[in-house]
Amino acid sequence: MAKTLFEKVWDQHVVTKNDDGSVLLYIDRQLVHEVTSPQAFEGLRLAGRKPWRVNASVATPDHNVPTNNRDQGITDPVSRAQVEALDANCAEFGITEFGLGDIRQGVVHVMGPEQGLILPGMTVVCGDSHTSTHGAFGAIAMGIGTSEVEHVLASQCLIQKQPKSMRIRVEGTLPAGMTGKDVALYIIGKIGTAGGTGYAIEFAGSAIRALSMEGRMSLCNMTIEAGARCGMIAVDDVTIAYVKGRPYAPAGDAWLQAREAWVDLHSDADAVFDKELQFNAEDIAPQVSWGTSPEMVLPITASVPDPQHARDDVQSDGWSRALVYMDLKAGTPLQEITIDKVFIGSCTNGRIEDFREAAAMVKGKSVAGNIKLAMAVPGSGLVKQQAEAEGLDEVFRQAGFEWRDPGCSMCLAMNADRLEPGERCASTSNRNFEGRQGMGGRTHLVSPAMAAAAAIAGHFVDIRDWS
Amino acid sequence: MQAFTTLKALVAPMDRANIDTDAIIPKQFLKSIKRTGYGPFLFDEWRYEDHGEPGMDCSNRPKRADFVLNQKRFQAAQILITRENFGCGSSREHAPWAILDAGFSCVIAPSFADIFYNNCFKNGILPIVLDDAAMDVLFDACAANDGFTLQIDLAAQTVSLASGVVFTFEVDDFRKHCLLNGLDDIALTLAQTDSIRSYEQEHKRQAPWLF
Ligand code: SF4
Repeated sequence: MAKTLFEKVWDQHVVTKNDDGSVLLYIDRQLVHEVTSPQAFEGLRLAGRKPWRVNASVATPDHNVPTNNRDQGITDPVSRAQVEALDANCAEFGITEFGLGDIRQGVVHVMGPEQGLILPGMTVVCGDSHTSTHGAFGAIAMGIGTSEVEHVLASQCLIQKQPKSMRIRVEGTLPAGMTGKDVALYIIGKIGTAGGTGYAIEFAGSAIRALSMEGRMSLCNMTIEAGARCGMIAVDDVTIAYVKGRPYAPAGDAWLQAREAWVDLHSDADAVFDKELQFNAEDIAPQVSWGTSPEMVLPITASVPDPQHARDDVQSDGWSRALVYMDLKAGTPLQEITIDKVFIGSCTNGRIEDFREAAAMVKGKSVAGNIKLAMAVPGSGLVKQQAEAEGLDEVFRQAGFEWRDPGCSMCLAMNADRLEPGERCASTSNRNFEGRQGMGGRTHLVSPAMAAAAAIAGHFVDIRDWS
Repeated sequence: MQAFTTLKALVAPMDRANIDTDAIIPKQFLKSIKRTGYGPFLFDEWRYEDHGEPGMDCSNRPKRADFVLNQKRFQAAQILITRENFGCGSSREHAPWAILDAGFSCVIAPSFADIFYNNCFKNGILPIVLDDAAMDVLFDACAANDGFTLQIDLAAQTVSLASGVVFTFEVDDFRKHCLLNGLDDIALTLAQTDSIRSYEQEHKRQAPWLF
C-alpha cells in the first residue's frame, strides 16, 4: 500500500498498538536542555528509575546561558542553579552533555544536526516545541512536555496517537533572496497558527527541494508556529550530503547500509493525505510580522492592517489588541516602522548560512544611529568558529554589531539579553508573543537578511531594492 | 498524579483566542527546578502592574484592575473557560503546572494546542473541547450569573449547567482511563518491558546505525 513519508517512519517505530488506536512509539533520539529536564530527572530519582538507553539522549545548556563574559560564569544565581542541575543530572545518569565550556555547546536544535545526532528516518523528541526543526531530515521530530521527557528517559517510548496528514507543496522558484524563513512566515500567514493543529505536515514541491538544509530547518522549525505536531521533508541528496561525515553519523559499511535505507524516505507517488495545499514560490516576498502572533505577518510592501478588515470578530479583536501592544497604527507602511534593537540568531536562524546572508547585507556599512543594540548570536560554538574562520565576526563588528557566544539569547530573553518595555526589535527568531523578548518588548519576525538590512537603515526595508 | 472524576466548581472566563504559553507563565519562572509554586505567577504580565520575578512574594504586588481573574467573584474558580487555540506556543509543562497550582483543574475551549493539551492529562487537568456555540452559551451564562458553576463528569463525558443544559465532550479512552484513576503512565509503559526489548532488538537488526 502506498505510504506517506510520515507513515513510513511511524510504522517503523510502533512497538505495540493499543485498543483505542494509540501506539507505543519507540524514540531513537532525545535532546535535552536545562529548562525542561530538571523535573524529569527528579521524577526518575523519586521513582528509583534509570534511563532506558543512555546513549539515546544528548544534552546541552542553551536557554539560560550568558552570551558574553563567559569567563565570569553565570552571574544570575537562579539561571546558574538550573545549568548546574543539568550538569549534575547528566553526570549522575551518564548522559552525554556538551557543557558551557565545550565548543559543541549551543541551541539544542542547532547542535543536534550539526553533530550528526539527527539522522533520516529517526524519531526525535526534546522537551522543546521547536524540535520540529529536525523534520528537515525526514525524521519524525516532536516537542514534548517534561512528563514525557521523563517517560522517554525511563522507557525510550511515548504513547502517541497518529496525527492526520497534510502536504503543503510550494512549487516554482523562490525569488532571489527569499529564504526558508520567508516561506515559513508566508505559510503561517496563510493557514494561521492553528492551521496545522492535529496534523503532521510534509513540505514538498520544487521550491522546497531547492532549499538548503539550513533553509529546510528554518521552515520545519516554524511548523510548530502553524500548530502542527511536526513538519517533515523527504530525504534527498541535499540531506545525505549534509549528514555525511558528521561526528555521530554512521561511517564505513554502516554509512552505506544507512544510505541505502534512506533512499526510500519519501512519500510514495500515490500516497493519500488528509489535506493538501499548494502555494506558488513566485508569490513569496520578504515577510515581516507586525503583530503579536506569527500569523500576523505581511510582505514588506504592505501596510499595517485595519481591524475593520478582519475576517471575523475574534480576529478583529486580536488585531486591535496587537496594534495597541505593538504601538502601531493601521495603514502605516511596514517600511516606515523604525526599530531599536536587532537580534540575529536562534534555532530558526542561528546557522552558518544565516550569518553569511546577514553579513553580506552589512558588509562595509554601519548600523543606523537609532539602533541601541544589534546582536549576532551564533547558534553553537561550532557555528561561531566557522563564522570567525570566514571573517564574518569582523564584518559584523565593523558594522557596529555585537558578536556573542552561542545560546538562545534574546529569542526568549531568559538570560540578560532582552528588550526593555516599549523597545522594538527586528528579530530572526520564531515568536512575537507579548513579552516574549522582554516584558513590554515588541518583536517583528524577519529573515536574517531583512534583520541585517533593517539594522543598517534603522527601519524595515525591502531587501529586493537593497544595494 | 491526582485523579479527576467529577468536579462541581466556580467558573472563570478568559474571553480571548490564542492565549499562548508565554502569557500563561512568562519565561523568567521557567528557571525553577520544581513542579510547584507557579500559581501566583499564572498570567503574571496580565495580572500584575509590576514585573514579576521567581521567588517574589505576590501578596502585596499591585494588581491590574482590568484583568478578569483579579475580580473578587472569580477567586475560588477551578474551571477556566476560554477561546480557540489555548496554550499555543512552547512545550513548557510549567503552563499546566501554573494552572493547577492556581487552583484550576479543568479548562474548556473550542480548541487547544497539541502539546499543551497532552501536558494537561499528565498533570490531572481535564482539557475539554466544546464547539463555539456551546462556548458562547457558557460565556453568556458566566457573564449573567454571579457565582456561575459547572458540573463536570469525566466518566459520563458531560458538562452540565445548573439550568439543566448538558453538553457532551470527546476524550480518548486511554487518557480518560489514566485520568479517572490517577495512573502513572510510565509504570503502564514499563509493564510492557518485554515488548519494548524485543522491538528494540529487531530495530537494531534493521537499522544498526541508530544504536
Ligand atoms: S532559540 Fe528560542 S525557540 Fe529556539 S530553543 Fe532557544 S528559546 Fe526556544
